Amino acid sequence: VQSPISIYYHLTFHAEFASFKAAALIQRWYRRYMARLETRRCCTWRIFQSIEYAGQQDHVKLHDFFSYLVDHFTPNSNHESEYDDYESIEVPDNYTGPRLSFPLLPNHATALVEAFRLKQQLHARYVLNLLHETRKHLVQLPNINRVSTCYSEEITVCGDLHGQLDDLIFIFHKNGLPSPERAYVFNGDFVDRGKESVEILMILFAFMLVYPKEFRLNRGNHEDHMVNLRYGLTKEVMHKYKTHGKKILKILQDVFCWLHLATLVDEKVLILHGGVSDMPDLELLAKLDRHKVLTTEVVSCEREGRAGSCPGAGSAPWAPPPGLPRGHRASRSSSIPCSCGPPWGPGAGRCRQQAGPPRAGRRGFRKETISWSFQVVDILWSDPMAQEGCKANTVRGGGCYFGPSVTEQLLQKYNLQFLIRSHERKPEGYEFCHRRKVLTIFSASNYYEVGSNRGAYVKLGPALTPYIVQYQANKETHRLTMRQRISRVEESALRSLWEKLFASSLDLLGEFKKHDADKTGLITLSAWAEAVESVLHLGLPWRMLKPQLVNSSTDNTLEYKSWLEDLAKEQLSRENIQSSLLETLYRNRPNLEAIFRITDSDHSGFISLDEFRQTWKLFSSHMNIDITDDCICDLARSIDLNRDGHIDINEFLEAFRIVEQSSTEGDTSDCPQATNTDNSGCSKPSKR
Amino acid sequence: MWRINLWEGTELVVAEFHKKIKDAFEVFDHEANNTVDVREIRTIIRSLGCCPSEGELHDLIVEIEEEEPTGYIRFEKFLPVMTKVLLEKRYRPIPEDILLRSFEVLDPSKRGFLTKEELIKYMTEEGEPFSQEEMEEMLSAAIDPESNSIRYKDYIAMMVVDDG
Repeated sequence: VQSPISIYYHLTFHAEFASFKAAALIQRWYRRYMARLETRRCCTWRIFQSIEYAGQQDHVKLHDFFSYLVDHFTPNSNHESEYDDYESIEVPDNYTGPRLSFPLLPNHATALVEAFRLKQQLHARYVLNLLHETRKHLVQLPNINRVSTCYSEEITVCGDLHGQLDDLIFIFHKNGLPSPERAYVFNGDFVDRGKESVEILMILFAFMLVYPKEFRLNRGNHEDHMVNLRYGLTKEVMHKYKTHGKKILKILQDVFCWLHLATLVDEKVLILHGGVSDMPDLELLAKLDRHKVLTTEVVSCEREGRAGSCPGAGSAPWAPPPGLPRGHRASRSSSIPCSCGPPWGPGAGRCRQQAGPPRAGRRGFRKETISWSFQVVDILWSDPMAQEGCKANTVRGGGCYFGPSVTEQLLQKYNLQFLIRSHERKPEGYEFCHRRKVLTIFSASNYYEVGSNRGAYVKLGPALTPYIVQYQANKETHRLTMRQRISRVEESALRSLWEKLFASSLDLLGEFKKHDADKTGLITLSAWAEAVESVLHLGLPWRMLKPQLVNSSTDNTLEYKSWLEDLAKEQLSRENIQSSLLETLYRNRPNLEAIFRITDSDHSGFISLDEFRQTWKLFSSHMNIDITDDCICDLARSIDLNRDGHIDINEFLEAFRIVEQSSTEGDTSDCPQATNTDNSGCSKPSKR
Repeated sequence: MWRINLWEGTELVVAEFHKKIKDAFEVFDHEANNTVDVREIRTIIRSLGCCPSEGELHDLIVEIEEEEPTGYIRFEKFLPVMTKVLLEKRYRPIPEDILLRSFEVLDPSKRGFLTKEELIKYMTEEGEPFSQEEMEEMLSAAIDPESNSIRYKDYIAMMVVDDG
């Protein structure tokens, strides 16, 4: 039996213009198909972004806990001279990697690029030597770097690289190596997340020493040892340089502090990593002691007035002088009215006026100290927004969101033409905003996953017109169709999302039950969407994602218990620790590593059982997790412990990789892992 | 009694549609200010399950745009128009068998395939012609490089599975 529509079409086909109509139908169908694909691409992007930002907020929440750890576990600094002693390090005869001698020559730098392309590793002695020379060089340079197109005909500005060496090599290949005629400015975030941060640093520093006038590096928010602890550089260094990694990290910490804060081209184009605030003060920026800002992580959280147990003001990397009450800015700046409710309430759109310049004359309070370090935080963390005004950047936990008028104000005040910044990933590798006065440039292509985004760099000639070049450094992507590209990236995103859902199983069950007053075991899909958002707070369009997350749902309802069970089956392995603990640990997996690395202050790879228990208890109380001492002991026991009371960090982390691996082992797809998942050739521990 | 139930039913349906439309809109609302670029509105409408022709889309957009087109579509204008579209079940998707029939019309000798040149000719010269980009994208997935043709039955089967 044919439907009326079928018959209509059938008849129409036999009329005139049959092929016209047929073609039109196919085109109509195809366009809809492509639209669905595009929507999936956008949703996937949103998933990655929201998970990433949620992760960053997590870190912010744990700030107090981290401060405590830092205070108790950070090594004392009377071993300053240690890292200067690289000359005694012997390079074995069978070392086949690149060798450096100082002063560096251009061919040394080029040789480095080639060596790293061939996956060689630079010996620790040369690393330390190079870092030492880099520091010597940077110390002499000003905070704001000035470049002129009179000397170099063109200047190429690159954005975030995040340890993706392939992109750097690609840029040099496509745009040419640095030279006196070809100036480069790298706008921060060279490290973390990608696996070749060390190599990128070596190349960048080498070229900087070889072409000091033409090759410049701005500091990004990831050029910061606190951030590195969590996002990968620390781990990479310790993994690649087991003996000397500690020394390398120590001098690196210093080198980062001495990087430029901003670069000015022809006094007209300002290049900095994040953005600006509504109180930009370039004169102040030029004068301040930039190397005193060891980390902007601590400062940014300080400013948000987290009333926490941030102890020992003097011993934290940076802290206001003692005698300063916590959250003082909130209560004392009350002469400026704020219309957005409680100043430091959670999730409140904090009024920037509250964090205005501090009043002078407060006891034990140094006005300049607070102001200038906020200038640095603003530069490294801020993001532009479309709305007017300037408000605290609650997503990042530091810096601000600045509107078009703030940009306008800045440009007028200092007679500038436009601003180039990075810090945010863009699908096309770049984006203009604020009426083309702000250009975001991001150079790490395929950032989330192969095919997820392009990278870009921008060239400026004497006319200062930006000329943008886009690319995708992975050859594979060119061969994939859009459909395949999107599927791959989507699978990766969905995997991350499944993990997050699993980690919140208990909370989800609770929420679902609330929507099921009659205890039928069923809830509507609409209720599902609401419940999931209220637990995860990711701000995702759940109804759009429903087809990928919920199996065929008949009549618009879902049996939530079996859905949760299916989730668990995907995630749990056979032998595991009791599920609630596992869920909790799983949820905090990104943090665990950072916590361990801080606790392991001498970077030995071991922490004592006592430290482990202490740390864990503190962690649970900060996160309001109810875990008994017995559970912690069970956990410790289930991980292989050497009987000498020490825990091998790597074994602990391996335990989680195993759980993750065995749940994906049954996966028949051959999708590559996302670049920010750790899989640095981990092998299963022998005793299991 | 039944009249009240009907009313409630419609309200619920409308409320559901509103949420659906809002979610779809938000995916493309990059600046979180309840506006989307007009070029994305076609994608949004299609993502909500509609399969309009280009001509039908054009008419719809005229309804949704501001009197003085700004290049942006506001949610407040989009919502009522789109809700009506969904309630009236306009622009239904094309059933698989109709799609197959369309390909067969273009292949009167019933070979089971179209050559690359034939596909290009039909898609870029007839109906509502493809842009070069659209054509290239379709070719990359549809054409079997060895025979330089598209076996349309297999192609449809592949696409439909993928479409979820």
